[in-house]
Amino acid sequence: MGEINKRQNDWDSSKGLREPVKTLEDKWKLVPSFLQVKGLVKQHIDSFNYFINVEIKKIVQANEKVFCDADPLFYIKYLNAYVGTPDLEEGYNVTKPTTPHECRLRDMTYSAPITVDIEYIRGNQRVIKNKQLIGRMPLMLRSSNCVLTNKSDFELAQLNECPHDPGGYFIIRGQEKVILIQEQLSRNRMIVDEFKGAIQCQVTSSTHEKKTRTNVIVKNGKYVLRHNALSDDIPIAVAFKAMGICSDQEIMQLIGSDDTSMKKMAPCIMDCHNLKIFTQNQALSYIGSKLKVKRFQTGGAKIRTPVDEARDLLATTILAHVAVENYNFYVKAIYLAIMVKRVIEAETNKAAIDDPDYYGNKRLELAGSLLALMFEDLFKRFNWELKSIADKIIPKVKAAPFDVVKHMRPDLIANGLFAAISTGNWTIKRFKMERHGVTQVLSRLSYISALGMMTRVNSQFEKTRKVSGPRSLQPSQWGMLCPSDTPEGEACGLVKNLALMTHITTECSEVPIARLARNAGVEDVRILGGEEINHPAVYMVFLNGNILGVSRQYKRLIQVFRMFRRRGLISAFVSIYPNHNQRTVYICSDGGRLCRPYIIVEKGSPLVQQSHINELNRGIRRFQDFLNDGLIEYLDVNEENDSHIATFENEIDPYVTTHLEIEPFTILGVCAGLVPYPHHNQSPRNTYQCAMGKQAMGTIGYNQKNRIDTLMYNLVYPQCPMVKTRTIELTNFDKLPAGQNATVAVMSYSGYDIEDALILNRASIDRGYGRCLVYKSAKTTMKRYSNQTSDRILGPSRDATTGKIIRAHEILDTDGIAAPGEMVENRQVLINKQMPPATLNPVTQGQPQQVEYKDVPITYKGPVESYIEKVMVSSNSEDAFLIKILLRQTRIPEIGDKFSSRHGQKGVTGLIVQQEDMPFNDRGICPDMIMNPHGFPSRMTVGKTIELLAGKAGLLEGKFHYGTAFGGSKVSDVCNELEKHGYNYHGKDIFYSGLTGEPLEAYIYSGPVYYQKLKHMVQDKMHARARGPRAVLTRQPTEGRSRDGGLRLGEMERDCLIGYGASMLLMERLMLASDAFSADICGACGRLASRAWCHACRSSAAVSSVDMPYACKLLFQELASMNIVPKLTLKKYC
Amino acid sequence: MPQLDEKPRVLLEEFRVKNAPNDYGMADEKWSFKKFTKKFRIVIVRMDNFEMEFDLIGIQPAFANAFRRLMLSEVPSMAIEKVMIRNNTSIIQDEVLAHRLGLIPLKADPRLFEYRPEDATEGTEFNTLEFSMKVKCTLNKSQPKDSYRAEDLYENHSVYSSQIKWQPIGNQASVHKEADIGPVHGDILVSKMRPGHELDLSLVAVKGIGRDHAKFSPVATASYRLLPEVTLTREVRGSEASLLQSCFAPGVISLDSEGRAYVRDARYDTCSRNVYRYEEIKDAVILSRVRDHFIFNVESVGAMQPNVIFVEAVKILRDKCKSFLDELNKFN
Repeated sequence: MGEINKRQNDWDSSKGLREPVKTLEDKWKLVPSFLQVKGLVKQHIDSFNYFINVEIKKIVQANEKVFCDADPLFYIKYLNAYVGTPDLEEGYNVTKPTTPHECRLRDMTYSAPITVDIEYIRGNQRVIKNKQLIGRMPLMLRSSNCVLTNKSDFELAQLNECPHDPGGYFIIRGQEKVILIQEQLSRNRMIVDEFKGAIQCQVTSSTHEKKTRTNVIVKNGKYVLRHNALSDDIPIAVAFKAMGICSDQEIMQLIGSDDTSMKKMAPCIMDCHNLKIFTQNQALSYIGSKLKVKRFQTGGAKIRTPVDEARDLLATTILAHVAVENYNFYVKAIYLAIMVKRVIEAETNKAAIDDPDYYGNKRLELAGSLLALMFEDLFKRFNWELKSIADKIIPKVKAAPFDVVKHMRPDLIANGLFAAISTGNWTIKRFKMERHGVTQVLSRLSYISALGMMTRVNSQFEKTRKVSGPRSLQPSQWGMLCPSDTPEGEACGLVKNLALMTHITTECSEVPIARLARNAGVEDVRILGGEEINHPAVYMVFLNGNILGVSRQYKRLIQVFRMFRRRGLISAFVSIYPNHNQRTVYICSDGGRLCRPYIIVEKGSPLVQQSHINELNRGIRRFQDFLNDGLIEYLDVNEENDSHIATFENEIDPYVTTHLEIEPFTILGVCAGLVPYPHHNQSPRNTYQCAMGKQAMGTIGYNQKNRIDTLMYNLVYPQCPMVKTRTIELTNFDKLPAGQNATVAVMSYSGYDIEDALILNRASIDRGYGRCLVYKSAKTTMKRYSNQTSDRILGPSRDATTGKIIRAHEILDTDGIAAPGEMVENRQVLINKQMPPATLNPVTQGQPQQVEYKDVPITYKGPVESYIEKVMVSSNSEDAFLIKILLRQTRIPEIGDKFSSRHGQKGVTGLIVQQEDMPFNDRGICPDMIMNPHGFPSRMTVGKTIELLAGKAGLLEGKFHYGTAFGGSKVSDVCNELEKHGYNYHGKDIFYSGLTGEPLEAYIYSGPVYYQKLKHMVQDKMHARARGPRAVLTRQPTEGRSRDGGLRLGEMERDCLIGYGASMLLMERLMLASDAFSADICGACGRLASRAWCHACRSSAAVSSVDMPYACKLLFQELASMNIVPKLTLKKYC
Repeated sequence: MPQLDEKPRVLLEEFRVKNAPNDYGMADEKWSFKKFTKKFRIVIVRMDNFEMEFDLIGIQPAFANAFRRLMLSEVPSMAIEKVMIRNNTSIIQDEVLAHRLGLIPLKADPRLFEYRPEDATEGTEFNTLEFSMKVKCTLNKSQPKDSYRAEDLYENHSVYSSQIKWQPIGNQASVHKEADIGPVHGDILVSKMRPGHELDLSLVAVKGIGRDHAKFSPVATASYRLLPEVTLTREVRGSEASLLQSCFAPGVISLDSEGRAYVRDARYDTCSRNVYRYEEIKDAVILSRVRDHFIFNVESVGAMQPNVIFVEAVKILRDKCKSFLDELNKFN
């Protein structure tokens, strides 16, 4: 109590107020605590859980009844919908529970049945059927219905799953697929922007039924309403009149009766008069005349008058999200008036134009909402199909009564969902939505690349457009999106990554919020006139973009809402913030908003006290408790802008500060979090590292040895970095590392280290540095065909004369599949498969006829041999045999292999030096790697030099140092540690040349730096050819390494040779070494002859043989085929 | 500046290593055997089976370096070169397992063996040592209740180098003692296993040199450093003296009864040059190293004693010189 009194006194005395706020020790521990609850991919999982547990029921309820035209009594009513637990269909109505790993291995889809309870009419009876299967839902790993949720590490290990695998992806036909987070402008919000010099206010309305866009535009100084369903712009006054606001005074009152508005509106009102529109009916018929002609009338049953059509359009299509009851347009008119008001305001005040790149105006769409769209579309199609079946069958007289259940095909919904996820094409005709590349295959190059993919945000912007606005870093992205992690090149700034503490909201119900707002003094607009609404003392209140009412005490309203939220009485993710320019208060509870937690500051001191942190340390307090106790709250981008947030305790200003950052390093994402001391680096270097960290080899999960991926890179001896960051620990990178700590000497050596090349120590390589395993897989299925035949596998063939197994089949086991442990060389057979001929008579009666099988062996290709790690024989979803072979190579670093530190400093091995030639220091230490110091000045990667120091001190001290962003071990402390152990304070040691044995003149900066081996290795790239395959059409050498192609002497190289005058070399390269051809030409007519006979001249007298490129001859023939006759004039020159 | 005696020096300045002004480098000196024998000394400072520290005084760096290089890369030793894998169901890959086994230091005097000819397919008792390793992990039948530790649950869950068994070929069993052949350390972890995993390997060790692969190097490392020397240029006392003391390795600088600093023994100074951080005492010292005094440190891997390795290196240099002279004489 004394404590509280003291604080009270501090508040009273201004001296106490100005006292610096004590820093909270170990405040960062809130971050792991947060991640424990929320996890790095929690947004995906939350969104998917919401979809399968809540939204799917809503969708089914919204489309609950199916009627039939043929029988008015017939109906189907969906009572409820469920998504079950994952299983596999094994034959008809037989299912078996499955695990994600089984699906990965067997190329199956990890999915669960969607069942519904239905009530329908069979014959004359009403029947209720429960658990009727209507489709299958691909399941997100670690979602609520997944088998992996709430499992201990041991249980996960038994399911062959890595405990550090984040989940959040799908497995479709054995492929891991991620639905990327999609970024888009928020719906149902007014956005004022300038388009080609004209101000417009745009609203994209979105409801379950419709998605439309409504604009209010300035056109020739007048305001007009523009909508896709209308063929022409409608003067705004006409629109108001059509909505039943017929008097001009009323219109003006709604818009605002100040001078500027009156002046600006006058021409519009005039316009309306000129059109002679005074009543609602007149206005509606005017709009009716501007309707777009519908191409195909549906049904043709109801033909309505244009007035009715226009009224309907106004009610349901224009500003669709503003609900209209009983054709009472009043609220919609107010909404339209506000739009006009915004435009008027923006015309005079450019600052009122909204920034479309501002993150408060963005919403992120996650797997759940995307799947919901897809599912609703498929469900509607499913119902429509049921209806058309009922229409067709019911009129027919049949023995058994029509049972609709028998016509429910679960394939439609299942295949629709599977196809969408596996192709990434999201086509929903209803909304004219067509998106490609929504899903991507989860990259399993390294653990970090998989994790980085889960936090990726994809923008809807076209990549080809050269715009800078949406690409540049927006201040409002602070703390929500990683400022470093974005690709270079065309997708730069459009593909982003979430920061560490970002959470994406899922929708929560509006009803209680609306009720609370009413109780907090929000008055309904329907009972108010224009003057009251636009009264300067009044703030308009919006809930998710819809008008909720007006409030005279907006401050109180906001306070009440925040208090309720902190008490946990409304969802923690509801945000409320005022906009003083627009005199509005916005309340948001919609899904897809970005938000992050902050510590609440009251009266100049953070509510989270040291005692709370101590409780957290002792494990008796969790993150949720901080939320429940109102010590921490989530702020979304908009509300963040209404808050005053201090980064550190000493920045708290008692009069204005409302919140305190939890930890500044959380503004970075997963990939940028790997970089030690990123705040000392030039910013692009961190961006480069973000791209390269995804190519680093290492470990991909504890289950990596059980996986059979098409390509997998592993390091033989991965190490945890000497210099860690908090993020590394939070993301478990230290448990699944991708790199090794190399002792680096920063010096120049031999000249083979220019242009970032590295010098490696032979002995280090001999001892296992940089050694990696490359796994590739070969796979085949044994298909069964309709004509009773199937593929088969034969044992190894023997040479007819010697009786020995032929070389290509040497590694085959007696079953015809390569044996584990064997070494495979180029062109050896892995699976000796045979296929029956395709054109086999399907009508085979009696005994199966003897057929000639065709060899279709699965062979190994590659210049370097591999070993067979394991063979898997199983069956896939089509019941065919599935054979997968895992091949392994161990690769030792060689010249040309690419390495990179964690600071965007990549380089290839330039030379491998014997240990005795390497420089050594007093203690006999030779570096593993020599890096040229020229890499530093222009790159300005000071973080790397600090990493080296901290790593060295860590080695001596026997501990890990931290290089956490905006924190970490201090350089002075690190250097003092070095000094304590008898090392030079600056980290520079005396080295002796390994060649001469004398001390080097310079002191060498040396110590451990974490180096990543990147996936680019010479072995995969080396290519040369003397002779080889040629393309069929042109007879020129093929292109590309995979086809053993030639190396092209291109245009520019050709120019050089021309310039030099090396005509014979040119001839040799371009013709002789490529497609030389001896063509017969008729000297008389100049045309091509065939076999020394000119068909045109009917003689062989003048035919001579000319060497030319085959492509030239081909061109002549192709021209001739188009009735263009090229002729050659032949002359003797010698 | 006090006069340095005629020992050649290299000065450790603040930002670079510089030859002493009166030192023109030893390369210019005319080699004379007489002078060399007068000056040259070897002092063994410390020696045990694995490590040796000795001084080479009065010798050119080229020679010292040659010995260092020869020890690293040309003194032969025995190491496992081939691994015949009959069965390996452990999680460790065949190649990685073979690589790990290769790096295990072997107790075997390489002087008693010959190099195996490159084209030889079969080893003989004179150039090959054969070992076998047969380990199977099983569930521990008599496991104590309530224990979930791997060592209680399983047998042979960790494979150690001590499980490598020597298989004498030919007459080897009588020539070599059992204790003389085998891995130097028995506690090197080769692999971890779980029930059902099995290793059945036969290992072939041959004689080789470090230049071919680091595993044949008989030393963990062999290197030298120059003898450090610290000279005080002025009297340092009081707090400066203790500061000075803290800038060097313990025992380098001592304080006398009046609080004056004096150099006691610079031999074990780490040459960290941290004095240069302090303006006030920066000028009080000259850091230097003696250019012809090499403090060698040889860490044997265990097959041979470090002194033997050095002698072997000297012999190799002698042989090389001999063959070089022979080559030269051919032309005369």
